[in-house]
Amino acid sequence: MTDSIIKLTAAEIAAKIASGELTAVEVTEAHLARIEAVDEKVHAFLHVDREGALAQARAVDAKREAGEKLGPLAGVPLALKDIFTTEGIPTTVGSKILEGWIPPYDATLTKKLKAADVVILGKTNMDEFAMGSSTENSAYGPTGNPWDLTKIPGGSGGGSSAALASYQAPLAIGTDTGGSIRQPASVTGTVGVKPTYGGVSRFGMVAFSSSLDQGGPCARTVLDAALLHEAIAGHDPLDSTSIDAPVPPVVEAARNGSVAGMRVGVVKQFRGEHYQAGVMQRFEESVALLKELGAEVVELDCPSFDLALSAYYLIAPSECSSNLARFDGLRYGLRTGDDGTKSAEDVTAVTRADGFGPEVKRRIMLGTYALSSGYYDAYYGSAQKVRTLIAQDFEKAFEQVDVIVSPTTPTTAFPIGERVDDPIAMYYADLCTIPVNLAGNAAMSLPCGLAPEDNLPVGLQIVAPAMKDDRLYTVGAAVEAAFMEKWGHPLLEEAPSL
Amino acid sequence: MTVTELVSYEAALAAYDPVMGLEVHVELGTKTKMFCGCSTELGAAPNSQTCPTCLGMPGSLPVVNATGVESAIKIGLALNCEIAEWCRFARKNYFYPDMPKNFQTSQYDEPIAYNGYLDVQLEDGEVFRVEIERAHMEEDTGKSTHIGGATGRIHGASHSLLDYNRAGIPLIEIVTKPIVGAGERAPEVAKAYVTELRELIRALGVSEARMEMGQMRCDVNLSLRPQGVSVFGTRSETKNVNSLRSVERAVRFEIQRHAAVLTAGDRIIQETRHFHEDDGTTTSGRVKEEAEDYRYFPEPDLVPVAPPREWVEELRAVLPELPRVRRNRLREEWGVSELDMQSILNAGAVDLIVATTQAGADAAGARKWWMGELARHANEEGVELGSLPITPAQVARVVELVASGDLNDKLARQVIEGVLAGEGDPDAVVEKRGLKVVSDEGALGAAVDEAIAGNAAIADKIRGGKVAAVGALVGAVMKATRGQADAARVKELILQKLGVEA
Repeated sequence: MTDSIIKLTAAEIAAKIASGELTAVEVTEAHLARIEAVDEKVHAFLHVDREGALAQARAVDAKREAGEKLGPLAGVPLALKDIFTTEGIPTTVGSKILEGWIPPYDATLTKKLKAADVVILGKTNMDEFAMGSSTENSAYGPTGNPWDLTKIPGGSGGGSSAALASYQAPLAIGTDTGGSIRQPASVTGTVGVKPTYGGVSRFGMVAFSSSLDQGGPCARTVLDAALLHEAIAGHDPLDSTSIDAPVPPVVEAARNGSVAGMRVGVVKQFRGEHYQAGVMQRFEESVALLKELGAEVVELDCPSFDLALSAYYLIAPSECSSNLARFDGLRYGLRTGDDGTKSAEDVTAVTRADGFGPEVKRRIMLGTYALSSGYYDAYYGSAQKVRTLIAQDFEKAFEQVDVIVSPTTPTTAFPIGERVDDPIAMYYADLCTIPVNLAGNAAMSLPCGLAPEDNLPVGLQIVAPAMKDDRLYTVGAAVEAAFMEKWGHPLLEEAPSL
Repeated sequence: MTVTELVSYEAALAAYDPVMGLEVHVELGTKTKMFCGCSTELGAAPNSQTCPTCLGMPGSLPVVNATGVESAIKIGLALNCEIAEWCRFARKNYFYPDMPKNFQTSQYDEPIAYNGYLDVQLEDGEVFRVEIERAHMEEDTGKSTHIGGATGRIHGASHSLLDYNRAGIPLIEIVTKPIVGAGERAPEVAKAYVTELRELIRALGVSEARMEMGQMRCDVNLSLRPQGVSVFGTRSETKNVNSLRSVERAVRFEIQRHAAVLTAGDRIIQETRHFHEDDGTTTSGRVKEEAEDYRYFPEPDLVPVAPPREWVEELRAVLPELPRVRRNRLREEWGVSELDMQSILNAGAVDLIVATTQAGADAAGARKWWMGELARHANEEGVELGSLPITPAQVARVVELVASGDLNDKLARQVIEGVLAGEGDPDAVVEKRGLKVVSDEGALGAAVDEAIAGNAAIADKIRGGKVAAVGALVGAVMKATRGQADAARVKELILQKLGVEA
């Protein structure tokens, strides 16, 4: 019974609950049992809210019994990245510095999930403050990739991607500053979408880099991602950068996948020495598939993309150095060294030394330096100019094509521990995802097969212009259907059972 | 650091030319804070007016208060500034416990208003133009109370209490360009500027600008350069000079102190200084040898502010009459001297007199009571004129009663006393205290007869032509009627009865 429930898609679960074939409590209990059974090995969750989840499930069942109309995701369990505030439930952002903090308020996204009757199972592991590509930077220990527990599940949203790939939840929420939704989706054989910047409210999402951060949906199918996308997107007066326009018709797009007549761009900068052969092989096959499905493929030159990584590692640390200044041990979270002899300033210093991990410290220092008077123009200023160039390259590209495709990340999941001491190697994981964040466009990663050399999932990235998120789903659904036909089953079926 | 013996003000000015820069922070009177919906009401329990945003909780985001922007534009327009077509907020990064995010959301190189001026009028009527560099929007910090230290400052304190109710209250910072050419009148110019600015802010209705409540705070930058030299000297920055008189005193003191240091061949240290209300001196605060690096960058959580031109023009069209222009108009209407007008202004009586005339009184009458009896009361009780428990309408009624002859000045004073004592409207006080002028000719005639009879010698003198002696008889009648008679009528009656032509 449990097994048959946990492998259902979100759309199927919602339909079965609506028809009365399953209750929300049954569905929630099945997932809680799965978490109980496998999460000790996977470590996707930092906090499981068993009681809260069951209470929400009971409320959904009561609503149904009372004949009230249920939303399209009513009763579907979800794993929430531990970066969104949840009233009364711990929120750590994967950091020791917020250990013990119980937020007094819900993020807008949390509120929307609750309003949609989604059942929040708990909070998922992540790289501290979303800084990383492997979830190894979590202060609470790494997460294993369900395909191979010795491999990383991607990052920063490795908890969410691992929860999906290990059937602990059919839906999850991620956040994407430089690829933290898409790269984990890619290396776990799941689907992840970074909506257009401003498409999903950031209110209550702990900030890493405000101008890049974007929350988004994670799922095992394109349609499920679309259903979740629709539930969390939309204008929020509490977030000034949120776009005041109708949400693109993503669910309709996911139900009507097609690439016939579409112009699909392939960027020549997204290949080269950093790319694994098997990843490129699956990517080329995907491009061939798109052609077979009726798309016209156009080669694109976007020279500024070569500068994206450098620009990103100035902008994101600069903003983070300011965003993280508030963690001073005075008002909330961790406080160490307050033995009555130290000044407030010294207690802050000790608390931050204890509470922040090495990658976070590295980026705070990098950003503080980059913003310093005398260096601002050379670093932050130049990076902003590169950002403009990247946006212009995208703009020009989208005059010629409807979407752009690329590998999501240059390699498959790498072993835990392999890149922890080599930050630059770690940063390369985001080579293809970062330009999208810098331009504020929308992008999706979906599985396109296993790399022949290691039998690990490869992701295909689809990029659409800002506020054309629906195109991701139109193309994604078509590609997904074609692959399903080819494979005969979802890719995840090939993962070893835990 | 020991303070060098001060140089006399005259000697200082003989050798040096002062250059000032004034930075004024005005707390806007918006109902809610600059970036969240918390109340700005003063006097609430500590930390009761806070939310995740103004406490800088993880995940919280700011949203700009549109009224705050509107107020900033109004101030900019009134200061003859250009209004930015597009500008951004910026983060000013520095650590301090009363700043919840450890950065202040402010504006840096893109202020909402820039390049203006304010004409201020000195006591003798001379107009001095103060150039405005910029006016920008920012948020206030919380408030630290240091416990256990001797001076209330953090040095020596055992701990500090933090109240974040003030954190996020909208501020407009108005910065002048270097004020040169004021010479010996520099202290007066500084005071006149802050006074004029305060009046302007009030006239715009964007803040009550009460300095004693911290709603308006002034930092005084001052430097001296030897007469004839064009390069500016090193400046000191005297923080939080929070009354008009203190502004004047701080400038004066710093001129004398700088002159003393320079005359002794020493150099001025660039530092912040504290002003002491009690003796009018300043003492060294924080040494600012190198400019602090605030690592400003555009606030990524807010979108740019781009006020549409039509809106700016609409705001410009409804700007109130500038205080200085209005004052000059009223001065002419009321027919008073510059000096009298200055004391009316200093007493905070301009609007009260205007309101009293609007309630029907003549200007002279209104001015007489507000600047006389009522100013004396306010002074004695140490309160502002406007906070006395009497309304312009009530004062107007008193003026009216005097004009109609129902009250004389002495009785009117008693009526005002009664109103201030909470006995009701002027008419009610007259009624209760029985203060009507005795105008019953019969009763008055009897009193006059009595006075003549009782002072035969004086009466004779008057009959003999010494009309001036009539005052003694008038006094006797007034005494007999307990002041409730109309003295002019009494005089008339006496002279009539004694057969003397007035």
